[in-house]
Amino acid sequence: MGDKADVWQGTLALMVLKTIEALGPLHGYGIARRIEHTSGNLLSLNYGTLYPALLRLEQEGCIASAWGLSENNRKAKFYRLTRAGRRQLEKETRDWEQTTAILGRFLSPSADPA
Amino acid sequence: MKRLRAWMSRLAGLLPNEQRELDLEDEIESHLQMHVDDNIRSGMTPELARRDALLKLGGVDSTKEAYREGSTIPILEHLLQDGRYAIRQLRQHMGFTCTTILTLALGTGASVAIFAFVDAALLKPLPYQSSSRLVGVFETIALFPQSALSHPDYLDWKRLNNVFSSMDVFAHTGFRLSTAAGAQPAHGVRVSDGFFRTLGVTPVLGRDFHAGEDLPAATRIVMLSYAAWQMRYGGRKDILGQTVILSGEPTVVIGVLPREFHFAPAEPAEFWTTLHASGECDLRRSCHTLFGVGRLKDGVSFQAALADVKSIAQRLEAQYPDSNRGQGAALLPLSEVIVGAIRPTLLVLLGGAGLLLLIAGVNVVGLLLVRSEGRKREMAVRSALGASSMRLISQFVTEGVVLSFAGNALGLASAHWAMQLLTKLIPADMIASMPFLQGLFLNARVLSFAGVTALLAAVLFSVTPTLRLSPPEVRAGLAAGSRGSAGTAWRRLGSKLVVLELAMAVVLLVCAGLLGKSLYRLLQVDIGLQAENLITVEVAAPESDYGKSAQAIALVREIVRRVEGLPGVKSVGIVVNGLPVSGNSNTTWFRVLGRPWHGEHIETPERDVSPGYFATLGARLLRGRCFTEAEDGSKPRVAIINQALARQYFPGEDPIGKQLSYLSDPPVPVEIVGIVEDIREGPLDAAIPPVLYIPFYQNTASYLGLAVRTSQAAPWLPAALADTIRQINADIVMSAGETMNDRINRSQSAYLHRSSAWLVGAFAALALLLGVIGLYGVTAYSVSQRTREIGVRMALGAQRSSVYELILKEAGLLTAVGIGIGLVCSVAAATLMGGLLFGVRSLDAPTLAAVAAVLGIAALLASYIPARRAVSINPVDALRTE
Repeated sequence: MGDKADVWQGTLALMVLKTIEALGPLHGYGIARRIEHTSGNLLSLNYGTLYPALLRLEQEGCIASAWGLSENNRKAKFYRLTRAGRRQLEKETRDWEQTTAILGRFLSPSADPA
Repeated sequence: MKRLRAWMSRLAGLLPNEQRELDLEDEIESHLQMHVDDNIRSGMTPELARRDALLKLGGVDSTKEAYREGSTIPILEHLLQDGRYAIRQLRQHMGFTCTTILTLALGTGASVAIFAFVDAALLKPLPYQSSSRLVGVFETIALFPQSALSHPDYLDWKRLNNVFSSMDVFAHTGFRLSTAAGAQPAHGVRVSDGFFRTLGVTPVLGRDFHAGEDLPAATRIVMLSYAAWQMRYGGRKDILGQTVILSGEPTVVIGVLPREFHFAPAEPAEFWTTLHASGECDLRRSCHTLFGVGRLKDGVSFQAALADVKSIAQRLEAQYPDSNRGQGAALLPLSEVIVGAIRPTLLVLLGGAGLLLLIAGVNVVGLLLVRSEGRKREMAVRSALGASSMRLISQFVTEGVVLSFAGNALGLASAHWAMQLLTKLIPADMIASMPFLQGLFLNARVLSFAGVTALLAAVLFSVTPTLRLSPPEVRAGLAAGSRGSAGTAWRRLGSKLVVLELAMAVVLLVCAGLLGKSLYRLLQVDIGLQAENLITVEVAAPESDYGKSAQAIALVREIVRRVEGLPGVKSVGIVVNGLPVSGNSNTTWFRVLGRPWHGEHIETPERDVSPGYFATLGARLLRGRCFTEAEDGSKPRVAIINQALARQYFPGEDPIGKQLSYLSDPPVPVEIVGIVEDIREGPLDAAIPPVLYIPFYQNTASYLGLAVRTSQAAPWLPAALADTIRQINADIVMSAGETMNDRINRSQSAYLHRSSAWLVGAFAALALLLGVIGLYGVTAYSVSQRTREIGVRMALGAQRSSVYELILKEAGLLTAVGIGIGLVCSVAAATLMGGLLFGVRSLDAPTLAAVAAVLGIAALLASYIPARRAVSINPVDALRTE
């Protein structure tokens, strides 16, 4: 576990939104596994922290939930993206791209125009 | 928008929602199931698969807790929870709750009520424009530090001063108001034309006096007080321009004063007329009847103004030595003139109420400590079950706030009630002279005072128990099972609180004792007459019918003849210038003939009395004789002096046969024919000055004081007096009539002493009660904590007496320390209120001893009850409680 990074504040919501956008309606467990998998198992995700994040997104109207059946025929709560959630995802993605681009310029050694 | 939506949803989450809980349960369970399925598929045993799933989730309960916190607003949720829990807890311990709330209500009720009086008298601004720039303007002489101005002096001061933007005067007067139902007495004031402009008061109806309308030639006009307008004229607006007859003079009503207007130095007053300085007294520079009010010019300090008027007084003294010799000048802030007399009393009462509030607070703190002691185990368990210390503290805070709120709400209600009661207890004529106390209510200032006490109480009540919530203490609570060392720690703190309470109770008791003793001494003062079965009434006859000497003498003889004919009446005495126990004013200047005299003014109160006056009062004639019926203006002038005058001006001489003279030129000799024992003409608590008594028949007036001696109590007499005198002339008006004892009891000095003695006495009694309850609580708690120890001692053969000793010694020590500290503090407190004491020194050993004894006995009783319980402990039961 030593090399794994913790999920830092504020990014979990973005990961959740992106995951749901990519895979369509999905239950909490699926989202957690997918995030871990997408990160190349580099992220250490405490699955329990996912649920308050989902609750918050639902309260904000970014996602909506409904009970359904999982691929293994288990009863599960599925989360889907709302229109507000899609807008939020686009906005946050733009913000992140901008942030990483700026940080990238600072950090790459050849990017000194002067 | 998004955030708002989230908050709304969380606010809704505050409502209990079972569906949400079930959903959460299901969701987590399905999560685990899917995880377990995956794990098994990847080759784990079912047990290991479940363990791994749980581990990865990070605990079912903490996930649920985090989810729940997200679904509501945690602080609000906890607050609601704590509130519900607090109320449930308090309901379960009704005894504790009631005691706490009542104690607190007692303290706040008393202090808020007294504060309301302090606010009305001392804090509320006076109803004048920038009232802090107003000063009372007085002349001053040895006998009176604040004496009235004469009319010529007033005109000179007004003209010569450089410090007042305006200066005006007022004078008390009484009117005979002619009404359809006959003549009625009415209180009035004569003011100079600019009086209301100086105060910055504008009439609510009609107009103010114009400049020049106070001159003798001007038409007579009057302004009504708001109360007179309402009561006498039904608040009719058409009263303006109508004519009323005041003492026979047709007078036009031109205005009505505002409802909130009051002017205590002239109250009670219904009719405010202009000065019309035309009488003999108004024209004479030595006749002092006017009190001044000045408005300081901008930038002029009080000191500068005082220096200015003093220099004017000096100039006039040099210019008119005959009349102004010894006449100085004095200024006082107007607020001081109005409330100066009752300020010390109010401050002492506020101090007493504050101390009571403090004792009540300490008592409640003690109760809370005992209770938090009893709840150590509860707290330890809650803490062990995962309650954060913040949560535990917030529980106490909520309870403290609930208690403080309930106690203060009840206190506020009782304060409101107490205020109504206290104002009703003030005699009508007393409240009339303190108009600022009328219409007392819980205004914003009083409410904020109550708010501050409530806040302080809430802080105190929530902080106190949480002090005992430090983590080691909480753990100890669980380990020791609410018994043992922690108990002694509390006992130590609790005993300190009890010592504090007892000490404060001693201070209040001593103050109450001293004030009570002052009142007793005051009422025991020798007033030089027999007050029982003596009725007094004041009479004013129309000047037009009785202005001449012969007319006045005939009237007095007729009154005496008719009243003495009433059943039960033994004799009647007449006095002009004031019945006993009213004031030392109405003075004259005299000199002793045959002694060198250089124009100095010997000023002394003068009373003009009928021949039967001294006999009617029951005053004791020491030497010489009384006046005779025949001694009128045609006979040689005579006088009777009091002992004080004999002592001061004829030391070592026999005054009888000596001759005095007024300061007339040429001197008219007045022979001293008798010496009467000092009669208290002025206030009970003032020294008796020399007094000169002159025959009424040689110096008549149309306003009289009547003293009627009856053979037994005669409550019907005032009505009969009124009938009898009105039969002589229907235009004569008179006061209601009161017994001499009532007159003494209702005099301002007696009233102030009595009210402070009673109120502080009540505070002290409550303080004693609370202090003793506190001591009882500590001792009883100590006994309950030591049940086992006492059981063991008794099992080992300790005698009952030694158990008594054990408990009583502890309580006795606390009491002794409390009394000791209290006595030291009370000497300091008594010194502070030395000005309120009469005939008793601040350090009064009998009072101190009595208080120590009372408190000691009460404390002994309070600790005897728990001691008895300790003795009756059955050793077997005691050991079994383990």
